[in-house]
Amino acid sequence: MDTELRELYQQVILDHNKSPRNFKKLENANQDAEGYNPLCGDKIHIYLNVEDGIVKDISFIGSGCAISKASASLMSTIIKGKSKEEAGIIFEKFHDLVTGKLTGEAEIEELGKLAVFAGVRDFPARVKCASLAWHTMMTALQGKDEKVTTE
Amino acid sequence: MPAAAHFYPQGAELQRKNYIGRKVNKTELHIEPKAFDLEKIRRDFPILGLQVHGKPLCYLDNAATTQKPQAVIDSLVQYYSSMNANIHRGVHHLSEVSTKAFEDARIKVKSFINASSEKEIIFTRGTTESINLVANSFLRGRFEDGDEVIITGMEHHSNIVPWQLFDSIKKIKLRIVPVDDNGELILDDFEKMINEKTKLVSVVYVSNSLGTINPVEKIISAAHKHNVPVLLDAAQAIQHIPVDVRKLDCDFLAFSGHKIYGPTGIGILYGKEKLLDELPPFLGGGDMISKVTFNGTTFNQLPYKFEAGTSNIADAIALGTAIDYVAGIGIDAISSHETEILEYASAKVAEVPGLKIIGTAKNKSSVLSFIFDNIHPHDVGTFLDFEGIAVRTGHHCTQPIMDRFCIPATTRASFAMYNTKEEVDILVRGLKKITEVFN
Repeated sequence: MDTELRELYQQVILDHNKSPRNFKKLENANQDAEGYNPLCGDKIHIYLNVEDGIVKDISFIGSGCAISKASASLMSTIIKGKSKEEAGIIFEKFHDLVTGKLTGEAEIEELGKLAVFAGVRDFPARVKCASLAWHTMMTALQGKDEKVTTE
Repeated sequence: MPAAAHFYPQGAELQRKNYIGRKVNKTELHIEPKAFDLEKIRRDFPILGLQVHGKPLCYLDNAATTQKPQAVIDSLVQYYSSMNANIHRGVHHLSEVSTKAFEDARIKVKSFINASSEKEIIFTRGTTESINLVANSFLRGRFEDGDEVIITGMEHHSNIVPWQLFDSIKKIKLRIVPVDDNGELILDDFEKMINEKTKLVSVVYVSNSLGTINPVEKIISAAHKHNVPVLLDAAQAIQHIPVDVRKLDCDFLAFSGHKIYGPTGIGILYGKEKLLDELPPFLGGGDMISKVTFNGTTFNQLPYKFEAGTSNIADAIALGTAIDYVAGIGIDAISSHETEILEYASAKVAEVPGLKIIGTAKNKSSVLSFIFDNIHPHDVGTFLDFEGIAVRTGHHCTQPIMDRFCIPATTRASFAMYNTKEEVDILVRGLKKITEVFN
């Protein structure tokens, strides 16, 4: 496989695509949001259980490409247990990572597992795939009653 | 060609009589088709020599847009280097030259689709604008609240949205001809859908997402039994199969230049003269008028009534060149080559594990849409790109037909006259590689 392509489709991403974590409807969700990418038809529904400003549980359902599914899956594992504020900070960093604004090696490493999405910055058309779940999560977290679209 | 005198304009705009209905030099129109020489054709398209990600470009996104032969590129350069001037009304040399070239392009289109008169050939920006033109003219001239337009379940958004757009002014009800599991129209109840409120049948000739060639002759004759006009969206037909508007007896036909090897930004609306005469204009402005006062305006004759403002002169002329090029190869020869490629590709992709073709109509043209159970089209598209293969992934601006098949998207390989069996092999090898990565 081409290096750039392997950089995008890292083993972790392929794994999360094949067996996504927290891929279900959360029965005790108290906040949720739907996200939609009209360009490619990707749909995602994020469910949150938020108590005292902490994301106690998170799940998602929907359909999308490997990048968007893996992104939602990895996000769910990382956001669980975080406070609203922490989630917001991670969202910003993730966004900077996939849009190529976060370039320092140390900063990228700080993101832990999320660093596997660094390859997305070389594929401008796929940035929306990687960030759809995150935008939708932020909307759910803010308790806004609106549909998220990437456009 | 009918007697030229019949088409001379009445009254004003004398200058145009030089162009409308003038005798056509045969060499402009009829180039005897030569034997189908695939290698030569490929050499005519400079872009096909490109490398993408270090691999030779394998361009299979022709339903989105076709590549341009050198002749079309040269035509644009030639126009801007030696002819550029605004057309009509100009008395200077360049204006006459560009007017003649522009009107010659109209004649080429007329001849290519076998229309009765140049008056029936209207230059637009493309299929979308052509359909919007009809929709808007019908809105002002024909539609009443509650009228109905029949479309099919496999329409491009450009033949759905224009009919919904003026909901706040007049409510037009869309009736939809259903589609079966193979991607063929279910026409059993078609005639029953027509009633006194039906003002137009507007259907896609060849589906851009399934490749189905619809039995438009049947649709047209059924609609005409009830005196309902028919618009054909020929965006995916014009470059693949012979289109003869008089034989089809369609009332309107729309297509885009860039899908038939011409430039973007230019397209055609064909309309029967009588209908076009009856309809009010779409856009208002210069060129479409014969007399303007502050109290009112008299509209120009056809086709100018529907061509407000300065036309896309260069691209219209280059579209004429593209049509010459296609006519030179021969649409029958192109059609049979593309059918061979499509059949070869359809058989070959069956070797790819987990691949399912969407759109298995008996009568198909140049489009191969497919899905995998566990691999999203976007991932397929990115992987193929790294093999130098250009395909389109997504809903192809046909969301309702995606919903009909309960899928969010497909990967679509679409063929043109310059595609080869070797390119199909490259595609199949690429697809097999992807299944190895994802399984």
